[in-house]
Amino acid sequence: MKDKLFAALKGQQADYIEIRLDESSSSRLVYRGERLEEAGRTASSGGNVRALVRGGWGFVSFNNMQDLAAKVTQAVQHARHVGKEESYFSPVTPVIDRVEASFKKNPVEVPLSRKKELMDEYNRLLLDTPGIQTTSIGYTDVKKKVTLATSEGAYIEQGRIDLNLRLTAIASRDGDVQQVGLSMGSRGDFAAVEGLHDQVRGIARRAVDMLSAPHVKGGTYTVVLDPILAGVFVHEAFGHLSEADHIYENPKLREIMVLGKRFGGKHLNIVDGAAVPGYRGSYKYDDEGTPATKTYLIREGVLNSRLHSRETAARMGEQPTGNARAINYVYPPIVRMTNTYIEPGTTTLEEMLGDIKEGVYACNWYGGTTSLEMFTFSAGEAYMIRHGKIAEMIRPVVLTGNVFTTLHNIDAIGNDLEMNQGGGCGKAGQSPLPVSNGSPHIRIQNCLVGGK
Amino acid sequence: MEEILSIARKSSDSAEVFQLTSTRTPVQFEANRLKQIQTKESVSTALRIMKNGRVGFAQANGPIKAEDIVNMALETCQFGHEANYRFPPQSDYGKVEVFDGAVEHFNIDEMVKTGESIIDAIRSHTPDIVCEGAVACGAATCSIANTSGAQFSFRRSNFSVSMDGMLVRDGDILYVGDILTSCHPVLDYRGLIDEILRQLDLARNNASIRSGTLPVIFTPFGVSAALLSPLISAFNGKTVLDGASPLKDKKGELVFDRKFSLIDDPTIAFQPGSTPCDDEGVPARKNYLVTEGKVVQFYYDLHTAALAGTASTGNGNRNGGLPSPSPHALVIGTGVMSRSDMVKQIREGLIIEQLMGAEQGNILNGDFSGNVLLGYKIENGEISGRVKDTMVHGNVYHLLHEIAGMGNDTRWIAGFVNTPSIYCPAISVSVK
Repeated sequence: MKDKLFAALKGQQADYIEIRLDESSSSRLVYRGERLEEAGRTASSGGNVRALVRGGWGFVSFNNMQDLAAKVTQAVQHARHVGKEESYFSPVTPVIDRVEASFKKNPVEVPLSRKKELMDEYNRLLLDTPGIQTTSIGYTDVKKKVTLATSEGAYIEQGRIDLNLRLTAIASRDGDVQQVGLSMGSRGDFAAVEGLHDQVRGIARRAVDMLSAPHVKGGTYTVVLDPILAGVFVHEAFGHLSEADHIYENPKLREIMVLGKRFGGKHLNIVDGAAVPGYRGSYKYDDEGTPATKTYLIREGVLNSRLHSRETAARMGEQPTGNARAINYVYPPIVRMTNTYIEPGTTTLEEMLGDIKEGVYACNWYGGTTSLEMFTFSAGEAYMIRHGKIAEMIRPVVLTGNVFTTLHNIDAIGNDLEMNQGGGCGKAGQSPLPVSNGSPHIRIQNCLVGGK
Repeated sequence: MEEILSIARKSSDSAEVFQLTSTRTPVQFEANRLKQIQTKESVSTALRIMKNGRVGFAQANGPIKAEDIVNMALETCQFGHEANYRFPPQSDYGKVEVFDGAVEHFNIDEMVKTGESIIDAIRSHTPDIVCEGAVACGAATCSIANTSGAQFSFRRSNFSVSMDGMLVRDGDILYVGDILTSCHPVLDYRGLIDEILRQLDLARNNASIRSGTLPVIFTPFGVSAALLSPLISAFNGKTVLDGASPLKDKKGELVFDRKFSLIDDPTIAFQPGSTPCDDEGVPARKNYLVTEGKVVQFYYDLHTAALAGTASTGNGNRNGGLPSPSPHALVIGTGVMSRSDMVKQIREGLIIEQLMGAEQGNILNGDFSGNVLLGYKIENGEISGRVKDTMVHGNVYHLLHEIAGMGNDTRWIAGFVNTPSIYCPAISVSVK
């Protein structure tokens, strides 16, 4: 294969060319209520060629692997059509390496019948809870091998196994419908979705309780986020703005995002890194062959670094960080997060709640999104905080913030970092990309909460 | 396809093969200039079989041996859902035009020129703006064959022009944008430029708004961002069947304002959402979901319809797996009020153009909360400026139960929804 790819790359006039081939197989189980809606398998194979000529990019993706040289030629032609200046592309030492998929309890080798048995158990627990109207369960595992060959002489084969489970309990009464979800994921360990029975019972119970919960009154509150929601918060509130492709060609944003600028208090440290091992966003090389790193986006409250591809790094005169990722062969790599988290501090949850007269404790997630400046993140569950204690349940809330003020308003960071492996990230049509988010409990002053 | 079907036929009771072959050429612009040209070719093949009363399913993206995909489907078949329906026989698929050969090999230089002239027009209005967008053309062939005798294939073309602008002013980021889509080449894009310039003009100054309950106008973009997801979920036959739709027992009842009508219409010529049949070979048809405020119909695929004891409405669509019910193209009935007349009637209120986070709430219930990404304040019958750091909270069923006016400004948003502006008397607004 190696010789075939290098042969196809030969004899072209381009500043850089890569061929990326992608082979994967997945299995999935989907339930709606009592019904197993889908037991399915998918096999995918395809590839792409990306070429850089004088600052312009050409990209060709395909399923049919025949005549790779012609596809390389087409990508180079496209790039030449675009390129009018000089290319910026950070040098990376080309490596030849092979990284096998790491796994503990390999989900691919667990028989479909065992997966179904486990999902049946969870589904039964949910459905047997009085007040639960229906459920939704989606389980997927994917085994993937990606091969990258570049005109610089790099040849990297990387395998990975990813699994993802989302369980939702849906309760209903008098036309009112409420839901609570549980998301789990792992890099190649089926055990991550085993033994969740207590948590599953918990989401069912809370979905039913939520039917009697009132809406919060909209306005600003002191908000405490649990580690799961705080992980979504850090991803939306700061992670996306750290992606250099948003910034590198926008002079005004570059001014605003100048390294050394203060975004939060001294206690705030935000990290992203695929070199942090063992999570869904972990890998050895990104999709441009750059070795993974661990990057401090914010160190002691100050903008320290950002996430780069080889192009954005070269254009900004910074080092590539190994964050160029493509969800599959249909797309070119773009700057993405990997494992993003707030480093733990020293405050306990009790201390954090201690002096709050009236506030909101927001947990779990539905989702989050950002416009870079303003962002929203929605809790899956929420409670009032009254006189330092977590009090009555309220309906789930959507919180919003502004990147230039909200991080300053974090006034307490807990000592209880947890990484959340569920869900996935979407950007430029590439979704859901396996990532992980994490944080300890955090407290945000003066946070805007939507409500009646 | 024939080979897969003939092998599958031997080892199962019935079978269906669905194949989608497509080519797409997006020309992409970043930072106000041409950045990347792509060509994407893809082929995917899905096999659904029924054996011993159960359904098996496998999909291949890319080439696959016929025996392999049949074996994958057979493996899943022992666990699959009950085979309580039959694959539909060949039928009269009617005539819905969705292919224009002029799109297929559209000239790349023309596409580049389109993008560049849009960027020029926007920048001559607002020099500091940074534009990003794409002009894309593509064509797909969709084929279905099953052991009930159906064999059908059609081609669909797609052309889109999209442009977003980002304007940074003193730690203040403004987004504007528009998208045009068609099965024909989009040659007249003046409307897109006008729309973006209109957004820029209205957002020129910031205005502060107070917390409270205020009248609101959702522009067509606002309707699409804020109100659509809960409705798509509530009219889904599967949500109804599971008892999770607030409309489950409301068929025939007046749930919405009489001014509100909603149709899923895949029969409009040369619209990207149109199709002669759904992804399981059931002829597509116009489905009236809401007529003058009354709930008329939900939408179904074959499997869900069989469970619910009804017939498929031709809404079995695929998204990488088995078909499930989803709408093709939603059309909200147009009104008579101009947007400026709506604005004139409001002493203090809000216009919502883009809402962020609305789809992340409990959409089953119709509740939504979101940050007004692009919206304007109305003061004494005039638009006074852009609002920021503002949350709204509403419920689709309350909002659409009492509508003050439907606009006469109907347009397509991304080829998926056709809607006018909707003016509602009250929404909850929270401001920092």
